[in-house]
Amino acid sequence: MIAHAIIFYLLSSITILSSIMVISSKNTVHSVFFLILAFVNVSCLFIMIGAEFIGMILLIVYVGAVAVLFLFVVMMLEGNFVKVKQGFLQYMPFGFFIALVIFFELIIIIGSWQYKSEFIKTAKITYDAKETNTEQIGKLIYTDYFLPFQLSGIVLLVAMIGAILLTFRRRDNLKRQDILKQSSREREDSIELVDVESNKGVKVND
Amino acid sequence: MFLEYLNIVLYDLLKIAALLVPVLIAVAMIVWVDRRVWGAVQLRKGPNVVGPFGLLQTAADALKYIFKEIIIPIHANKVIFIIAPIVTMSLALIAWAVIPFSETLVLANINVGILYIFAVSSLGVYGIIMAGWASNSKYPFLGALRSAAQMVSYEVSIGFIIINVLLCAGSLNLVDIVLAQKNIWYAIPLFPMFVIFFISALAETNRPPFDLPEAEAELVAGYQTEYSGMMYALFWLGEYANILLLCGLGSVLFLGGWLSPIDAYPFNAIPSPLWLIFKILFLFILFALVKAIVPRYRYDQLMRLGWKVFLPFSLFWVVLTATFLYFFNLLPK
Repeated sequence: MIAHAIIFYLLSSITILSSIMVISSKNTVHSVFFLILAFVNVSCLFIMIGAEFIGMILLIVYVGAVAVLFLFVVMMLEGNFVKVKQGFLQYMPFGFFIALVIFFELIIIIGSWQYKSEFIKTAKITYDAKETNTEQIGKLIYTDYFLPFQLSGIVLLVAMIGAILLTFRRRDNLKRQDILKQSSREREDSIELVDVESNKGVKVND
Repeated sequence: MFLEYLNIVLYDLLKIAALLVPVLIAVAMIVWVDRRVWGAVQLRKGPNVVGPFGLLQTAADALKYIFKEIIIPIHANKVIFIIAPIVTMSLALIAWAVIPFSETLVLANINVGILYIFAVSSLGVYGIIMAGWASNSKYPFLGALRSAAQMVSYEVSIGFIIINVLLCAGSLNLVDIVLAQKNIWYAIPLFPMFVIFFISALAETNRPPFDLPEAEAELVAGYQTEYSGMMYALFWLGEYANILLLCGLGSVLFLGGWLSPIDAYPFNAIPSPLWLIFKILFLFILFALVKAIVPRYRYDQLMRLGWKVFLPFSLFWVVLTATFLYFFNLLPK
């Protein structure tokens, strides 16, 4: 048990420290790297409590895909720190409001900790030690929670299409490669064999 | 109490060493295999001077890298610049923990083995992005951006291919996946997926014809441009360890892992780890042949192939496999 506790406190302290570094480090790219460190540690914590499926999915989705895109954007934006700081006072009230909401949500969650045992009773989860938690999650989201699961999938799909539509613009002055046209080009269209007479040359029509 | 823990930790470390040392030696050997195959295709001899058949060429190269000076550019971000090759190398090695060499010979027989490998290989992109950004130079940065886009794109189709295999095997555990192939290797019923997996693996490991992140004609050496000495060697070895890992994954998912092709006397007398090694070697020689034969893709062709060909096709195949298994009552369990 002692080793378990040591590993737990190690992982959770790294999580907290790297989360603090995310908001306090001056270099935004470093912030993203600390965010990734926090993600990795949280996924290790998930694995420690036996939720291996969620831990791995966290790694694949957040670290493997979302954070890469974060990193992309932040690396491209670099150099505009002065501009970013200009709107600070203007946006501060709104940011403060969001922080307040999150703070109260956290208080509610932590405050309801004492009713934890009653919540567990109302949940539909039946724990079977023989099943892996991948099977348990699969059974749950494809039976009892089928509708919310599919709906959230549709919401994500709509968000994706929306994001593509917002950033998509067709430019006319661009030369595009048409693969079909390229690969359907025949020898006859492009090559012509000509017998060139000496000292006369040949006229190339293009 | 403390001694007990120490014992467990020491025993585990010993097991890890027993896995990693052969893997590292294998990496050194396949670099040689790669160069020999490449040479043979081009009617050259390849490395044949150092040691018998040139086998020690990689050791000589490694020695050379160790004694070369490590140069860190002034404007580079030092910490990340140094971490990047370490990340690449260690990520390429930790994934080996779950590869099963026989039914019992596996370092960590975890329930979500395939997800673990997928997660680790999707982390592999960070080594490259970190290197490209920390170098603070144009060529590495462009190479890193290309590579990140490429690896993220091809991971999507690899994900769908893995789902195909999972539908047939009914487990995320690599040992179970191999045991489910006792009757037939998945390379046969899922042959199109095997081909797509092979091509995606080429793209995932930045191998030719998809080696655009380090396309020397355009980007000098891509993300490795500013690296020298041992740090460059770490990238180089990490890349080969990754290739070996994906060959291993391919043989576990499609070629029946450690299983012998025919369960009869002369074949099943060969110890099972050897079968896995044969299969990995077979896939690797295919990798090397592709490198020697195929010219490099253009970047837009690469992206088109990933998103417009492989992704829809593997998604369609998931639906097809699921429908087939459901209607013929072949779903596992």
